[in-house]
Amino acid sequence: MMDLEKVERFRDEIRLKTLQELHHLGFGHYGGSLSIVETLAVLYGEVMQVDPNDPTWEDRDYFVLSKGHGGPGLYAALAVKGYFPEEMLYTLNQNGTKLPSHPDKNLTPGVDMTTGSLGQGISAAVGVALSHKLSERKNKTFCIVGDGELNEGQCWEAFQFAAHHKLHDLFVFIDDNKKQLDGPTKDIIDPIDFAAKMDAFGFYTCKVDGSDVADIHQAISRGITQKEKPVAIILDTIKGQGVRYLEELADNHHIRPNESDTAAIEQAIYELETKLKQEVRG
Amino acid sequence: MISTVYEKEKREMRQVYAETILELAKANPEVIALEADLMSAITTNKIKAEIPNQLINSGIMEANMMGVAAGLSLTGKIPYVHTFGQFATRRTFDQLFVSGGYAKTNIKILGSDAGITAEHNGGTHMTFEDIGLMRLVPQAHVYEASDSTMLGYLLRRIEKEHGVHYIRTIRKNAIKLYEENETFEDGKGKLLRDGEDITIIATGIMVAEALRAADILEQQGIHAAVIDMYSIKPIDADLITEYAQKTKAIVTAENHNVIGGLGSAVSEVLAENHPVPMYRIGVREQYGQVGKVDYLKAYYKLTNTDIVEAVQRLLEKQLDVTH
Repeated sequence: MMDLEKVERFRDEIRLKTLQELHHLGFGHYGGSLSIVETLAVLYGEVMQVDPNDPTWEDRDYFVLSKGHGGPGLYAALAVKGYFPEEMLYTLNQNGTKLPSHPDKNLTPGVDMTTGSLGQGISAAVGVALSHKLSERKNKTFCIVGDGELNEGQCWEAFQFAAHHKLHDLFVFIDDNKKQLDGPTKDIIDPIDFAAKMDAFGFYTCKVDGSDVADIHQAISRGITQKEKPVAIILDTIKGQGVRYLEELADNHHIRPNESDTAAIEQAIYELETKLKQEVRG
Repeated sequence: MISTVYEKEKREMRQVYAETILELAKANPEVIALEADLMSAITTNKIKAEIPNQLINSGIMEANMMGVAAGLSLTGKIPYVHTFGQFATRRTFDQLFVSGGYAKTNIKILGSDAGITAEHNGGTHMTFEDIGLMRLVPQAHVYEASDSTMLGYLLRRIEKEHGVHYIRTIRKNAIKLYEENETFEDGKGKLLRDGEDITIIATGIMVAEALRAADILEQQGIHAAVIDMYSIKPIDADLITEYAQKTKAIVTAENHNVIGGLGSAVSEVLAENHPVPMYRIGVREQYGQVGKVDYLKAYYKLTNTDIVEAVQRLLEKQLDVTH
């Protein structure tokens, strides 16, 4: 059983740190960093076998953020988990930083693969999962792809490959936040039905409420029990998730906040800080 | 070194690739060969037959294959990726650049059917750009194999060297150049023939053309040095500079576009170190087409006669300048 309280707290900490990190920088990929916070909380808070003190531990589970522009969300999760000091989050995108917009495995402790050129991370994740299968190792591989990212043909190559090789220890999360840079996915390239597609591509497929950590965890648990197919979990999410104001902002892929945006972000930070403090007191 | 009879080898380059990778894979379970539905074309099906787990046929998905190779290397595997040169470079350039070079993963790439040797596959399959593209990848190592001894040696050597390595080769029989005990260091060229009047620097199938050209020139009293510059990146700047000083003129010869490949690499060294008159034999502003190698050699001006004429023009020009 998942420790719900612990994971929800972890979720709030990741969201708070993501907001603080981007607010400090003054601009960035708010939308897609916030939509994956719950999934990161379940993975790093509960599911993944990792050791922040030994980021390259051989028996660890691997994580690839194929939608690399969600990097700030991942960095927040890694910092809260203890891979590096939380203060380092404030170096995001500063000259000489170890935290660039898009994850770089050679710079940041805990980042398993360099991503950002969309479509490529999923192939690397598939390679990791294949390697473990060939070596008869039990490590699991988790990968988050974006809904917009699935415009890239390479993703569908990778899915065919994963299904053909029955990489059942591979878990692909589709962050279906319904928007890409230029607007709603249904207006740019209509996804039609991710679940039907992934099912047809030979994945063990579930669709979950991507803002509900218990729902996400349950889907992963179900995926772990089957040993035939790679797992696809479609996350029904909202860009800017968890901050109502940002969720409702039309253009929220990359935000350079104006005055009212800034006030809303600061308010969200205040509310999360207060909530977390109260929990400690409680 | 070195045969002087210019005979075709009995063993095809593709056999050398398949048999060398099989040998490496048997000795080291971490070695994995990857193919994109061209296993039969390069004869790696013998790896599939003997050790099926160490040959992954990705199907016709080169971009994913390159990414999978990067992923395999993250866990300590040593992937050798093969496909035709244009798919291995032009088609997957961002994949090998980002998931390979930039991510500092470990991927060995064999691009086969170098240039005009794609023959009847024609323009879509004929790459004159692969060396140029690969030279643009920071820290990548770029080689063109000129015979079977060299190809086998390079494949074995790079197993222990981390990073992106690209080897360009023909698939069929090369002209024999080297004895079996020859070694091929990174960043070195091979002086195959010494001379003091002109230096011809060549790679791949053009090495034999350069040697033939040197024979013809010898009869005209022109003593040409010939260098096999198999390591195009890093390149042997010392040897190039030494021979620029010694012979005062250089001709390069490559089965590749003159932009970006060997000719460019040599001219960059000369321009920064010791400028001398030079001419680049190679493909100029052209795409590929179907045809036999001999026809294509003549069409793209890649014959030993073209080299001889380039040398003569260059030496005449030098005389004009001197007098």
